[in-house]
Amino acid sequence: MRKLLLPGIVIVAGILIIARLFFLQIIDDTFKLKSENISIKIKYDYPERGYIYDRNGELMVANQPSYDIMVVPREIKKIDTVEFCTLLNITKEDFVKKIEKAVVYSPMLPSVFLGQLNKLEYAAFQEKERKFEGFYIQKRSLRDYQLNAGANVFGFITQANEAIVAKNPYYKSGDLLGKQGVEETYEVELRGTKGVKHIQRNRFNQEIGPYKEGKYDTIALQGKDITLTIDAELQKYGEALMKNKRGGIIAIEPSTGEILCLVTAPSYDPAILVGRQRSRNYTKLYNDSLAKPLYDRSLLAEYPPGSPFKILTALAGLQSQVIDTSSSFVCNRGFSYGRGRFMGCHCGGGVRKLHMGIAKSCNAYFGNTYLRTINKYTNTAEGVDAWSAHLKSFGMGQFMGYDLPTGRRGKIPTSETYKKMYPNGGWRATATVSNSIGQGEVLMTPIQLANMMAIVANEGYYYTPHIIKKIKGQNIDVKFRTKHVTTIDKKYFKPVIEGLAEVFKTGTAYFLKVDGMEICGKTGTADNFARVNGKQVMLKPHSVFVAFAPKKNPKIAIAVLVENGGYGSTVAGPITTLMLEKYINKKVLMKDREKRVLETSLQGEYNRFSKKYLDSMYRVKVRKDSILRVINAKKLDSIKKIKPTT
Amino acid sequence: MKNQSVSSNIDWITVAIYTVLVVIGWMNIYSADMTTNSEYYLDFNQNYGKQLIFICLNVVLIIVILTIDSKFYEKFSSVIFGASLVLLLGLFVFGKTIAGQRCWYAIGSMTLQPSEFAKAATALALAKYLSDSQVNLKNIKHQILALLIIALPILLILPQPDPGSALIFIMFILVLNREGLPSWYLWTGFIAAILFVMTLVIKPQYVILIAFIGIALHYLKSRRINRNIIASTIVLVLMSGFVFSVDYVFENVFKQHHRDRFNILLGKDVDMDGIGYNTNQSEIAIGSGGWIGKGFLEGTQTKGNFVPEQHTDYIFTTVGEEWGFVGSLVLVLLFVGLILRVLYLAENQKTKFSRVYGYGVAAVLFTHFFVNISMVVGIFPTIGVPLPFMSYGGSSLWGFTILLFIFIKMDANKVNEW
Repeated sequence: MRKLLLPGIVIVAGILIIARLFFLQIIDDTFKLKSENISIKIKYDYPERGYIYDRNGELMVANQPSYDIMVVPREIKKIDTVEFCTLLNITKEDFVKKIEKAVVYSPMLPSVFLGQLNKLEYAAFQEKERKFEGFYIQKRSLRDYQLNAGANVFGFITQANEAIVAKNPYYKSGDLLGKQGVEETYEVELRGTKGVKHIQRNRFNQEIGPYKEGKYDTIALQGKDITLTIDAELQKYGEALMKNKRGGIIAIEPSTGEILCLVTAPSYDPAILVGRQRSRNYTKLYNDSLAKPLYDRSLLAEYPPGSPFKILTALAGLQSQVIDTSSSFVCNRGFSYGRGRFMGCHCGGGVRKLHMGIAKSCNAYFGNTYLRTINKYTNTAEGVDAWSAHLKSFGMGQFMGYDLPTGRRGKIPTSETYKKMYPNGGWRATATVSNSIGQGEVLMTPIQLANMMAIVANEGYYYTPHIIKKIKGQNIDVKFRTKHVTTIDKKYFKPVIEGLAEVFKTGTAYFLKVDGMEICGKTGTADNFARVNGKQVMLKPHSVFVAFAPKKNPKIAIAVLVENGGYGSTVAGPITTLMLEKYINKKVLMKDREKRVLETSLQGEYNRFSKKYLDSMYRVKVRKDSILRVINAKKLDSIKKIKPTT
Repeated sequence: MKNQSVSSNIDWITVAIYTVLVVIGWMNIYSADMTTNSEYYLDFNQNYGKQLIFICLNVVLIIVILTIDSKFYEKFSSVIFGASLVLLLGLFVFGKTIAGQRCWYAIGSMTLQPSEFAKAATALALAKYLSDSQVNLKNIKHQILALLIIALPILLILPQPDPGSALIFIMFILVLNREGLPSWYLWTGFIAAILFVMTLVIKPQYVILIAFIGIALHYLKSRRINRNIIASTIVLVLMSGFVFSVDYVFENVFKQHHRDRFNILLGKDVDMDGIGYNTNQSEIAIGSGGWIGKGFLEGTQTKGNFVPEQHTDYIFTTVGEEWGFVGSLVLVLLFVGLILRVLYLAENQKTKFSRVYGYGVAAVLFTHFFVNISMVVGIFPTIGVPLPFMSYGGSSLWGFTILLFIFIKMDANKVNEW
């Protein structure tokens, strides 16, 4: 037995090892895969990002080459430090410091030694690059903005962080990608496809050569140039007009749904988010919680639309056949509804028909129209839902499907909304009458307002607003070429358009006439409350103006909103007409008006109300919060009450 | 008869396997060296170049060993053993520290590792002691003395610290077992090892429960009269004590890197970039070999230098990657064949001295082979021992050559014994 023990052990051990080898080498092929992953490093070749042009072919965003000197500390051989430093115009201390920093990052991996050389420095260094082993030049391409405008349109370029890498395997940590604006929406088209090179490397990341003679390598595909529907001149002009104001301008070509300009104010120079200062500047913009320059008001700001909403009230009334052009209501500087409730009106009073009701923006006329529309149905809920359905056919209360990455739904109440607000029931049309004049539960974003005007200009249909005009080598999305028809018959638009034209003749914007141009528009003044120390305080209202022009064969529909700008005709109105002039006539004749707008600054107003203003921006939210706070406080109280007894 | 030429009695099978292993070893060291843009000419500054020099010197060494009278080893075994102990002791004063281990002598640019030579010396000493006709391993005093011969080098090697080499010496117990050491030594060691691993894998309480069930079953099954409940209880108590002390030692005495080595093997914490890197990389390299491997000098992992210490302890990864399962199988069979051959020859020795020595040779070779390859293929914790005849390094190559060829000489000389 003793003789056989060791031979036995040897044989068993041999079998054990062979079995393990069989498992490792034959059965389990995860190791084979891992082997491919580790020894073959993938190197990417980044293509140049596509250019961005405006609708007239003007180049808006290009690229600039940028050269970084990279260093792999481990590979540094004896170099002439004096020559090196002189060449790059750095001190020897700098040199030592930078090398130390690179070593801390990794002695074996490349890190940026000196970022963003200019072309001269690059040329000088390139000539002698071979003398400095361990250093090499990495070419990158950065955005080069041709105009100081459109930051919100373009978005910016950022580096992929871990969350992005985890979500999309195309991106590797540190890759550049577009964020916000068209850079985000058309990221795939703009970025192209990076090329892949498989390079065999050893454990120290030293390259040994191409893997299998480059059998698996792919070539980088150039990013595609895109053409936007934006008119660069109009965009620039709009941003200039909005200087020292807060708000947004959005213009749409009614016949196509193309967005002509998308202005938000305040904004920033897109060039500040390029290169070395990007991170610092972005943080600054991000932290500006009062002006919120990164917040695209033209898309994101939900406001009670105010009087422009009366256009919809009128259309819904006409379609429901509760009014016609000859229906008249008496305005007693307002009107009474329900049990002694009264809605005021500034139109001057008298008997109002549709035409002058629009022109003078008569609250009484539209309040009555709204009540009739709803009360056409014996069941109020049904009435509200029928009304709501008309509005939804205008793209209200929903994401419109445009090709920009941000947006808000806005809000159009339905019977459900009121059932929630009045859980015990018993609500009537009169409870919702504020909706008629664009207050109440209605919220709209500027782009929805502009689209509304495009629909009116088209007399009943629209194309989904979009910002892409052309992508080199491919068609734009079919959804932007699909006509959406509203529930309002074409014939009902005619009288409304006449009323909108009257606004510039004898109505609320008569003093904003532009010679030689027939404009259809509507002023708006959105009341605006803030909660200050728990009390509801009325702030200076938002100034709203919507329009399209010319009346015959409209070329542009526009919505302008200026926060705390006062009456619609004071700030938003002039901006609108100037924009129309700029776009249709290519030049502005109303120089006085232009000068006045340019000189108008609401900064004082914003500073005065900065706290209140902040609250008003979040009026809806604040209400919800305060309710929550009350509930929580009650809960806390009840807890406190219990505690002492225990 | 007495003057018959040595060559005619040499066991050529052993020598052939030895030669093949040395050649394979050198080829793989060459491949492991051919990594980053190496040029394909002989470079004596590279490992493979140096190893070639070691191999040439090896031939001289073999001739010398075969020339010396085989009686010399028996007569001077105590002196050789004493000298090797002195060399090990001298490390504490003159030793050179490489990678935290103080187990080398520096002679010029060369380094020598005395523990590699101590193996042959210990085998000789053990053979000498056990071949004494007065010695009987049933006798407790003789057991202790025999164990002491093994323990002395271990005590000198452990603090270097070199647990790998120390482990090799422990396996001399197999030799003692062959020569009549009571079996319970081995069984105790075996059960202790199993309990040790089980304690690390599952909770100590469960290990004791399993042990209890095992002993209870054994107790009930044995129908003999001597159902010794007291003995069974003592065994259980001892086992519990052992299990808890293992648990305690592992958690409190072991350093984190020791724990890590075991944990990786037991699949507890898998940290592929940290401590598990070596094993993981070697498994990847071997696993990527497939059936027939990637071919000589074609291993991407080998070329990429991913496996650390690939030319020394991890030389087998090159075989696995470039020669695949077939090549690995051949190599394993060569080793198993060599060890079995040595055992076979040992059993056929005429003197107890050469039999014990031959057994010692087999035990040392086997332990190295098994511990090394098990570590490389990931079934044993990372313990640095070289693969005999193949790993890069003069000391280990010469150490194993001396060990093996002394036995070949004895074997060749057995016709002269009576």
